[in-house]
Amino acid sequence: MAIFKKIGRRQAHSLYGDVFLFIFLALLGAFMLLPFIYAISQSLKPIEELFVFPPRFFVRNPTIDNFINLFQRTNNMWVPFERYIVNSLIITIVGTLGGVIFSAMAAFPLAKFKFPGSRIYEALIIMALLFVYEVTYVPQYVILSSLHFIDTLWALILPAMANTLGLYLMKQFMSQLPDSLLDSASVDGASTARQFWSVVMPNIKPAWITATILIFQALWNRDTSTYIYTEQLKNLPAVFRQISLTNTIATAGIGAAAAVLLMIPPVFVFIFSQSRMLETMAYSGLKG
Amino acid sequence: MKQSRLIREIRANTDKYILMLPFTVLFFTFILLPVLSSIFLSFTDFNMIQEVSFSGWSNYMRLFLDDEIFPVAVRNTLLFALITGPISYLLCLILAWMINEFGKTMRTVLTFVFYAPSISGTLFTVWAYIFSGDSNGLINNVLMQIGIIYEPILWLSDTRYMMTVIIIVQLWASLGTSFLAFIAGLQGVDHSLYEAGAIDGVRTRFQELRFITLPSMGPQLMFAAVMQIGASFGVSGICVALAGNPSTDNAAATIVTHLSDMGTARYEMGYAAAIATLLFITMLLVNSGIKKLLRKFTNI
Repeated sequence: MAIFKKIGRRQAHSLYGDVFLFIFLALLGAFMLLPFIYAISQSLKPIEELFVFPPRFFVRNPTIDNFINLFQRTNNMWVPFERYIVNSLIITIVGTLGGVIFSAMAAFPLAKFKFPGSRIYEALIIMALLFVYEVTYVPQYVILSSLHFIDTLWALILPAMANTLGLYLMKQFMSQLPDSLLDSASVDGASTARQFWSVVMPNIKPAWITATILIFQALWNRDTSTYIYTEQLKNLPAVFRQISLTNTIATAGIGAAAAVLLMIPPVFVFIFSQSRMLETMAYSGLKG
Repeated sequence: MKQSRLIREIRANTDKYILMLPFTVLFFTFILLPVLSSIFLSFTDFNMIQEVSFSGWSNYMRLFLDDEIFPVAVRNTLLFALITGPISYLLCLILAWMINEFGKTMRTVLTFVFYAPSISGTLFTVWAYIFSGDSNGLINNVLMQIGIIYEPILWLSDTRYMMTVIIIVQLWASLGTSFLAFIAGLQGVDHSLYEAGAIDGVRTRFQELRFITLPSMGPQLMFAAVMQIGASFGVSGICVALAGNPSTDNAAATIVTHLSDMGTARYEMGYAAAIATLLFITMLLVNSGIKKLLRKFTNI
């Protein structure tokens, strides 16, 4: 039972409990992974296997035809496929960079100083954690449209930069930095901006990595079609949705291929940064 | 005198305000202003084309008296908020607690497995194939082969099954930020507390959880509750992907799907704003209620 870390040290844990725990986690884990495995298996199926009855879960003769078909279909639309990739990258990279830097800049004074307005500001941020994208996007639409951002990439990028969760997590992480760290910098005559950039940011690396991942995931997966009508400005989720919209068996393989492709970047990013995220989340606690 | 001190303090902190400026502009424009403006717009007949005129309480009257979908949307949203939300919250906590019993490698793998649906973006659309209504659908096929059913079930368009399926998928996708916060929180619990507890007669895992772990995780529990409220009141993407918008008889409508149908599809922005305003007020009320509840259980 070497995989159970603490059980040797703590008494009072029964073997039945361990066995139950293991079976429960294995079953639930299988359920969690089911759509992933199914999507990968579907995306590798040749057309005749997609039509076969009764349907099979696993692929027999894997092929990459669906992926090739996906690229051909997107290329046949009057906008080249690269255009969608570029749009996805612009939205994700600009939005994430801006979001992380701006929220970190605002998080620093809130974490380390008291000044007129700081308490109200903090309370507003915590209240705004409730308002996830889904519940605000319709009123947001009115604002975006009166600012003439509809049908531009800014409609996606700018709202995502106001990431309150990112700000909150970074602020929490900054709060536990020792004051002596900042004091020694201000003795050297560093301005607040200077302290932020050369003392705070290097010391909260796990927190800004976490914020990066959260904003990246949200933007990478966001379907632009509510805000953008021009085909040349659409991103990958929007075009993949157009392709697999019909939900028939004929497009099942292509739809699965699209889902698999979209999923790869976020999954890799998470695998490489998991420990950083957990380190940040350790300070996520909200008091009062 | 007092006034001038405030001004002096503001002057002395100019550097901080400058640092906060870009975020503040964005935060005000894209979060605060939408929330505030929906209160204002909810009393108008704004439709993005014609001139705005005040319509008093008529949007709210229509919402409560003359909208057949709204009661369904409220019922479904409450179903998510009161059932899926708490279940998912407990699931996050229990799974985090179970995972914490393992060594580092196993813990990393398990964290990934359970968190993966949250990062997979649009992968939940795959459930539409798994629950497909014809006999080619995976679930239908398995059930028919075992002999539990003889006819394929229209999981996503039969109003009897729609919500159950959506709840299952919603739970599948719900182990997000709260889950990570719990894992991290559990790792931060002081180990000497467990040893002290064992001396004081804490015997089982559940006693440990109730008397040692939970009380020392108060702030994490609070944070996760806030995240969970936002997520469960915002349920929409999964409903639309699985059951469509509008769904059969609107049986899978939620406040947010109704809101976006009225707003971004029909441009009845004044009416959509009334829905949004009610949603915001409800969320704030629920939030303050949950905070009170959590204070009783933990040492915050």
